[in-house]
Amino acid sequence: MAEIRLEGVAHSYDGGKTYALNPITMTWKDGKAYALLGPSGCGKTTLLNIISGLLKPSEGKVFIDGKDVTDVITDDRNIAQVFQFPVLYDTMSVRKNLEFPLKNRKVPREKVAQRVNEIAELLGIEKELDIKPSKLRSDLQQIVSLGRGLVREDVSAILFDEPLTVIDQNFKWTLRNRLKRLHIATGVTVVYVTHDQTEALTFADEVLVMDQGSLVQSGTPEELFLEPKHEFVGYFIGSPGMNFLEVDAKESVLTHKGKAIGKASKAGLNGSHRFGVRPEFLVPANKSGIEFQVDRVEDRGVFKLVHLSKDDQKVIAKVDEGYQVKVGTKAAFSFDPKRAFVFDSNKKVISTVSPSQGGN
Amino acid sequence: MDGKKKNNRAWFLVAPVVFVVAFTAIIPLMAVANYSLQDIQGFNSRLFVGLDFFKMVATDPNIQDAFTRNLLLSGQILLIQIPLGIFIARLMPRSGWKASAALVIVAIPLIIPWNVIGTTWQIFTRTDIGLGGVIVNQFVEYNLSESPLDAWVTILVMDTWHWTPLVALLVYAGLRSIPQAYYQAAAIDGASAMAVFRFVELPKLKRVLMIAILLRFMDSFMMFTEPFVVTGGGPGSSTQTLSILLTTIAIGQFDIGVAGAFSLMYFLFIQIFSFIFFTVLTLDERPGATKVTKKSKEDAISKPKKELRTKAKKVSK
Repeated sequence: MAEIRLEGVAHSYDGGKTYALNPITMTWKDGKAYALLGPSGCGKTTLLNIISGLLKPSEGKVFIDGKDVTDVITDDRNIAQVFQFPVLYDTMSVRKNLEFPLKNRKVPREKVAQRVNEIAELLGIEKELDIKPSKLRSDLQQIVSLGRGLVREDVSAILFDEPLTVIDQNFKWTLRNRLKRLHIATGVTVVYVTHDQTEALTFADEVLVMDQGSLVQSGTPEELFLEPKHEFVGYFIGSPGMNFLEVDAKESVLTHKGKAIGKASKAGLNGSHRFGVRPEFLVPANKSGIEFQVDRVEDRGVFKLVHLSKDDQKVIAKVDEGYQVKVGTKAAFSFDPKRAFVFDSNKKVISTVSPSQGGN
Repeated sequence: MDGKKKNNRAWFLVAPVVFVVAFTAIIPLMAVANYSLQDIQGFNSRLFVGLDFFKMVATDPNIQDAFTRNLLLSGQILLIQIPLGIFIARLMPRSGWKASAALVIVAIPLIIPWNVIGTTWQIFTRTDIGLGGVIVNQFVEYNLSESPLDAWVTILVMDTWHWTPLVALLVYAGLRSIPQAYYQAAAIDGASAMAVFRFVELPKLKRVLMIAILLRFMDSFMMFTEPFVVTGGGPGSSTQTLSILLTTIAIGQFDIGVAGAFSLMYFLFIQIFSFIFFTVLTLDERPGATKVTKKSKEDAISKPKKELRTKAKKVSK
């Protein structure tokens, strides 16, 4: 168990021409579950490999429990890592695979047997223990891989690199819960890399959202949903993602194509910006709201997705199932004042917005 | 059968290959078979002798000696060249210009014509003007035309120099195809360098090594040119391979019937040996072998998981 601190860690695979990971300074607190969320190629795996020591960062330092481990090899960092695809030793049985990390560290034999049985039980692979992994289906193989990562008791942290990619949807949910329980039971620091927001939001205490090699926001799942600090967080978290409208600001009054939308809370805001509001907070209003053309209504059972357009801008509203509207007509919508934001050209939030009263 | 006549015309697509193989392999082989069953004394006088020539070959002490000798030589060649090839492949750089340079250097012996290699080594090992011969003679008495041991060792060293690169290149290709994640996982698991070799590399190299062993066995069991040029099979018959002996019988003594029977048995032995070797090594990958384990796996999987399994096929990500 340990606290992991990164100081100005950055990495470039081509000697400084382009950076896969821009400088990051942050602390991973002891015993917490973190999720690294972001699209493919955003630097998640690079960051993970730097923590585990498989990759030496081109810049910056890595500390584990206050000790500089930047130059310490993986074996001595005492970190477990599970990879995206099953990585197993073909010639060993499932049991031998699970024993391998323990035997390499000279754990007493009785202890090894006990740990292997515990993990096999946790993952539901007791019956497969004496089979060669190559005879198993790929999802079971991945579970064995997972087991090899979990079998060590004394690890500083466990890193998961999209471990459930090859696992069946239903079983994914079960496994995630088991991992979560395991985390609570052992209190080990966990870093979980994923591009699936549901996975990240349900698993982690804190979610770190990454985009193009940079950390854009970290926070609890609620914070990311309710108070995005960056356009990418708005767009990537939530389903469907945040709606954006190009707006012009004049003394904090926001207009879209000459029509007033709302007033920014920040005083003296001028220039062109982007206005963002989540579909959940775009609510049907009487005539005082903003008027949209209704293009399509998607009935999702407990809620409806109303596809709207205003000039060439398209937005989506998530409304109660009871809401009735005809396609092709016009409908007015308003928004929650605390949940609408203005983003600057750097895609960062600069202000919240309250709807303009009676404006059209 | 549902009564429908099967359309087998696709077999005609194989015809060109059958035609080519007939001319390159089957017809010449049948000619040899023809000689092996008849004693041909002259243009119009021949006598059907059945399997007599085969019996002669099987009981001939010279041929038996050559067979044992050649087996011993192939065995030693495999024992030296396979480990050495793996060792060299592991030392070769993995990327960049160094990798290309290493590949070219290692491959050089493979692109030299065989009799050129024989001639080169013939001169190289001479005790009067050969660089190798003169240097070795400074330390130990060396003369390959007098000492059977010297001749034997020379053939071994020459063949190792000539053919280990093939093993090294095959293994190198095999090593390069191992995904990086296996090495990363081994590092995470705290595996020693030896364990990485034993549990990651060797299992992944199994197929490539099988091909290397087969190729090296077949080639060395048919070795002719280099020992023929360097030692001529001598001194005495100490380096006489089966191929050299066969040539002596067929061309030197013009004993076509015996040579024909010899050729067929020689060829069959290599075929059968290679077949058995391949079958045994791929035993666990055969459908018959997996059937047993499939059943036990079926039993081992609990019911809810079985349901999952059908759904697992639908998983896209």
